Amino acid sequence: MTALSRDDVAHLAHLARLAVTDEELDLFAGQLDVILSSVAHVADVAADDIPPTTHAVPLTNITRPDALGPCLHPDEVLAAAPAAQGGRFRVPRILNEPA
Amino acid sequence: MTTTSEITVDDVTARYDPVIGLETHVELGTMSKMFCGCPTEFGAEPNTQTCPVCLGLPGALPVVNVKAIEYTIRIGLALNATIATWCRFARKNYFYPDMPKDFQISQYDEPLCTDGYLDVMVDSEQFRVEIERVHLEEDTGKSLHVGGATGRIQGADHSLVDYNRAGIPLVEIVTKPIAGTGSLAPVVARAYVTELRELLRGLDVSDVRMEQGSMRCDVNTSLAPKGAAAWGTRTETKNVNSLRSVERAVRSEMIRQSQVLDEGGRIVQETRHFHEDTSSTTSGRSKEEATDYRYFPEPDLVPVAPDPAWVEELRAALPDSPSVKRGRRQAELGLSDDEMSWLVNTGALQLFAETVAAGASAADARKWWLGDLARRANAEDVELAELAITPAQVAGLARLVADGKVNDRLARQVLDGVLAGEGEPEAVVASRGLAVVSDTGALDSAVDNAIADNPEVVAKIRSGKVAAVGVLLGSVMKATRGQADAASVKAMIAQRLGVEL
Repeated sequence: MTALSRDDVAHLAHLARLAVTDEELDLFAGQLDVILSSVAHVADVAADDIPPTTHAVPLTNITRPDALGPCLHPDEVLAAAPAAQGGRFRVPRILNEPA
Repeated sequence: MTTTSEITVDDVTARYDPVIGLETHVELGTMSKMFCGCPTEFGAEPNTQTCPVCLGLPGALPVVNVKAIEYTIRIGLALNATIATWCRFARKNYFYPDMPKDFQISQYDEPLCTDGYLDVMVDSEQFRVEIERVHLEEDTGKSLHVGGATGRIQGADHSLVDYNRAGIPLVEIVTKPIAGTGSLAPVVARAYVTELRELLRGLDVSDVRMEQGSMRCDVNTSLAPKGAAAWGTRTETKNVNSLRSVERAVRSEMIRQSQVLDEGGRIVQETRHFHEDTSSTTSGRSKEEATDYRYFPEPDLVPVAPDPAWVEELRAALPDSPSVKRGRRQAELGLSDDEMSWLVNTGALQLFAETVAAGASAADARKWWLGDLARRANAEDVELAELAITPAQVAGLARLVADGKVNDRLARQVLDGVLAGEGEPEAVVASRGLAVVSDTGALDSAVDNAIADNPEVVAKIRSGKVAAVGVLLGSVMKATRGQADAASVKAMIAQRLGVEL
């Protein structure tokens, strides 16, 4: 049992910049806990001779040579931007702090 | 500012022991980016060097640039570090628009290189700077902050982002805490970055141009009361983008922290920003909570496991270290240890060597760079490299003196002209009319007049008071507006008066 607390969920929601209501905190804490405890069963079978891995296939060193490839045209790049100015992405104020 | 300038580093280290640490970011000089084929060239129009991978568009997958791995391993080897036999990239999550993906691919607990060192010389004393780690990541985009008074993020109304830089391979070199340097701490910090820059330049893995941001430093500083067992709370100063600023950032932080501690205050662990104009730091993003990047192994990349045979090949092909090259160069240029370390630490060795390569003698190069030019750089508070004169021009100036076309005094005026942007030394001589008077007719009559106008001085000289010749010399110099060669004037007077001078 992993027991994800309400506070844990609130913290994660903040890090992900998600607005979550009090009711949702309870709901998600329960749901996420079910997911985590399901995945935690892996630990039951993982013995010392089975190292942790992040890939199903044991591959290493997949690389490419240092060669140039095509770029997008700046018009295409900015086409999906909510706002652009002078060829750059325009984003809202980053910090709410005075100068 | 007025109060800080009254306290010196020596005042600080009389009561506190500083500990410093440096994190240096270096953009690698690969042709293409870390995980895609976009070019890395500096200065292109915004967002013209981007593609679905570096923009983080859905479905795009990164592939590691093998050259970036090679360069990082070479840096690690040159820093005497251990190269990992197996390591992974990690995803660093954060909300900040400089990465379009909302994460940066970096390395976390498995860096490519660990436990190295770099020796630096300060005042003929060697300091070993231990290296904690060297890891590989991707650079972020570049933001312009608009609407604030200062162009800084604080107070800005909105920001404009260019992702050309996003995804350029970036190496981060982190030192272990450097203790025991006392009042030399600011100079050791600078010497370390200078030496590191030389090393990277020698490896040809980056153009290491601090002014263009391809090499950037974060400087950690803390103070503890003298003899205390525990280290003090550190601050991290960002935005330190020249060698001189590295030294100043440490100095200004030492002085600021000592004032806070003297008044019974506490140092807040925070990020601070360095300001070139005032050489001081201000508090940065203190209101943000402690960062929680939720690193996890990058699922879109497989582990990197450098073949030990390849690593040995790279080790065998490493160039001589900067200190070995310097030893050779010092002998070639005939420099003393002190001169050499001064040139190295001011970043002027290259200028010096190029001056000699352009035809000047080592003595002349030393005379100008360590003399007049050093004084001027100091007076204007700039680096030697920032003076508006090239090594070829210094060599040209030395040649003018050697050929007897100008004397030392005129040469200084030629220097003024070159530094003022009036062109090559020869052109300055012509435009300012500075050539030594070699028109023997004009010189002859100036000497004759001086002798005729000063009969009592001539009598003195003839009676053995040879020092009186100064009066005649002065008179000739005045008549030729200082443009005669003193030695030849003296010879002419001696010949006319039939005396030994």
